[in-house]
Amino acid sequence: MLVQFLFYAFSAVLIASALGVITLRNPVHSALCLVVSFFTSAALWLLIEAEFLAIVLVLVYVGAVMVLFLFVVMMLDINVEEVRKGFTRHAWLGWLTVCAIVFEIMGVVFARGLGIDATQAAKPLPADYSNTGAIGQVMYTQYVYPFELAAVLLLVAIVAAITLTMRKRKGLKVQDIGAQVATRAEDRLRVLKMKAEDRK
Amino acid sequence: MTDTTFSLAQILPAMPEIYLTAAVCALLLFDVFFGLKAPGRTASFTLFLLLGGALVTLVTADVQVAHLLFSGMYIADNLATLLKLAAFLFVAVALYYSGDYLNRRRIHKGEYYVLSLTALLGILVLASAGNLITVYIGVELLSLSLYALVAFDRDNGVAAEAAMKYFVLGAIASGTLLYGMSLVYGMTGSLSLDILSSALSGEPSLGLLLGLTFIVVAIGFKFGAVPFHMWVPDVYQGAPTPVTMLVATAPKLASFALAFRLLAEGMAGQVAAWSQMLSVLAVVSIVLGNIVAIAQTNLRRMLAYSAISNVGFILLGFVSGTADGYQAALYFTLVYVLTTLGSFGVILLAARDGFEADEIEQYKGLSKRDPLLALVMAALMFSTAGVPPFVGFWAKLRVLESLIHGGHLWLAGIAVLMSVIGAFYYLRLVWMMYFEAPGDLPGKLTRAPIRLMVVVNAFAALALGLMPDALLDVCRSVIPL
Repeated sequence: MLVQFLFYAFSAVLIASALGVITLRNPVHSALCLVVSFFTSAALWLLIEAEFLAIVLVLVYVGAVMVLFLFVVMMLDINVEEVRKGFTRHAWLGWLTVCAIVFEIMGVVFARGLGIDATQAAKPLPADYSNTGAIGQVMYTQYVYPFELAAVLLLVAIVAAITLTMRKRKGLKVQDIGAQVATRAEDRLRVLKMKAEDRK
Repeated sequence: MTDTTFSLAQILPAMPEIYLTAAVCALLLFDVFFGLKAPGRTASFTLFLLLGGALVTLVTADVQVAHLLFSGMYIADNLATLLKLAAFLFVAVALYYSGDYLNRRRIHKGEYYVLSLTALLGILVLASAGNLITVYIGVELLSLSLYALVAFDRDNGVAAEAAMKYFVLGAIASGTLLYGMSLVYGMTGSLSLDILSSALSGEPSLGLLLGLTFIVVAIGFKFGAVPFHMWVPDVYQGAPTPVTMLVATAPKLASFALAFRLLAEGMAGQVAAWSQMLSVLAVVSIVLGNIVAIAQTNLRRMLAYSAISNVGFILLGFVSGTADGYQAALYFTLVYVLTTLGSFGVILLAARDGFEADEIEQYKGLSKRDPLLALVMAALMFSTAGVPPFVGFWAKLRVLESLIHGGHLWLAGIAVLMSVIGAFYYLRLVWMMYFEAPGDLPGKLTRAPIRLMVVVNAFAALALGLMPDALLDVCRSVIPL
C-alpha cells in the first residue's frame, strides 16, 4: 500500500518536472527541473529494488552530467528572447500534431488496453540479494559485446568532438613546450664584440 | 543461460568487427605519427586496412548455418558476411575517390578516415545484430560518425547547417527507435530478436503495434523515406561532396540490415502489420521523390530525391514479406549503392578549385570536353533510371516481380508509372551532356587512377546487367527461403 502510494507520488513529481523541462522559459530552471526528474526516477528505481542503478543515476547524471550542463548553460550567454523569436509562429502546427498523436494513442489505449499483462510481474527477491553483483556478473559475460561497442561509441564521440572544435587559429597565444625546451642560449642571447667608442 | 567462457573458436566469426576496431585504433596512432604532414599516407594506410578487412571477412566467413554468438547478441550468417564484404569494398572505393578532392579543398585530414571507419563499424554491427541493444548501438555508431563527417568542413556554413539538421532529426529518430524498442520489450519481456520472432505471432496487442509503429518510423528516418526525408536533400547538398558520397552509399546497406533484422527477422510474426505501413512509406517516397527531382537544378539535390525514390523501391521489396522480396530488396540495395558510388565519383572528378560541379547546367556539353567522363555518367544514369541492359533495370524488375507474386498489383503499377516519370530527369542529364553546347568551363583533369576506377565502376554496372543472375544468385543464397 505504502509502496503504491510512493509510486504514484514520485510519478506525479516526475511527470510535472518533465513538463517543466520543456515548458519553462529560463534554461537554468529547465536544467534544474531535469535534475528533479532524475532524482524521482532514481526513487522509482529504488522502489523496484534496483538500488545500484538508482545510485548510479544520481551520481552520474545528477552529480556529473547535469552540473556540467548547468555550467554550459550559464556560460553560454544566450539571449533567450532572441532564440524564441518566431518560435510561437508555428506553435499552432506543433500543438495540432501533438493533440492528434495524443488523441490517437489515447484512443488505442482505452479501446483495447495495452496488453501489458502479457509480461509477468517480477518476483520479490530475498533481502540479501545483491543486484550490484548481478550486474557485475552479466556485464562482462552476457553483455560483453554491446559493452565493448559502447566503449567504441565513446571513442567516436571523443574523435568527433576534437575534430569539430580543435583548431589552430592565427595569432593564438599558446605555449609550445617542445620549442621552449629546445631553445639554446644562443637563440635568446647574442653576444656582440664591438669596439669601445671614443668619447667625443 | 549465460555462457561465460570465451574460446577463440567462439569469437572467430566476430573477427571483422574485432579487426576493424583494432584498425581504427591503429589508424588513430598512424595518423598522429605519420599522417599529420602528409595526409596521403593516412589515406593509403586506410585503403590497406579496408582491403585487409575484406580479406578477414572472407577468411573467417565459414558459415554453414546461421548461429548466435555472445549470448545471442551477434548473428553470424551468410547475409551478414555479404553485407560486410560489400560495405568494406564500397567504403574503400568511396575513400579512394575522395582523397584527391579533399586535397584540393585543403580539408584532407586523418579524422576523415577515422570517422569513416567508425561509421563502417556501425554498419558491420548492424549487419549481424541479434539483439535490440546491438541494433541500437550499431545505429548510433553509424549516425554519430556521419554527423561529425557532415560538419567536417568547419568553415563552411552550409555544411554546418546541414549537419545540425541531420543531427537533430537523427536524434529524434534514435529516440523514436528507443521508445519503440522499450515498448516491444515491455510487451514481450525480451530484447533478443531470436526470442522476439518466436514470441510474436498471432493477433498483436495494441501496445505492441504502438512499439512497432515507432520502430517503423525510425527505420523510415534512417532510410530517408517520405515523410521522414526532410534531412536528405539538405545533407546531400550541404555536406562536402565526398561526405555526401559516404552518406549516400554504404549506410544504405546498414538501413537494409536494420529493416531486415528488426522487421523481417525480429517481427516476422507481424508481417501483416508492418508491411502495410511500409507500403504507404514506399509509395509516397516513390511518388514524391520522382516528381520533386524533376524540379531540381542542383545535381546533388536531384540525386537526393532520386535516393528517396530508390529507397521506396527497397521498401517495396520488404512489403511482400517473403524471402523472394527480401532477396529483391538486397539485390536492389547493392545495385543502387554501386551506381550511386560511380555517380558521385564523376561529380568529384568534374569538380575544380572553387567549382563544385554540382549544378546540372554545368554538365552541358561534357561529351565534348571530357568524352570518357560523359560516357561513364551516361551509363550510370541509364542504370539508375532502369534502362536495360544495365543492372539497374534487373534490380527494379526483381522488386516488381516480388510485388506481383505477392499480389500487390497496384503497388507494382504505381512503381512502374513513377519509374517512367523518373527516367525523365536522369535522361535530361544525359541530353545536356551530349546534345547541348558546352559552356566555358575548365578542361578535364588528369587523374588517371581515379578515372580508371570510375570506368571500372560503370563497367561493373554494365557487366552485372549483362549477367543479371550472377549477383542475384548470391543474394538468393544468403537469404534462404
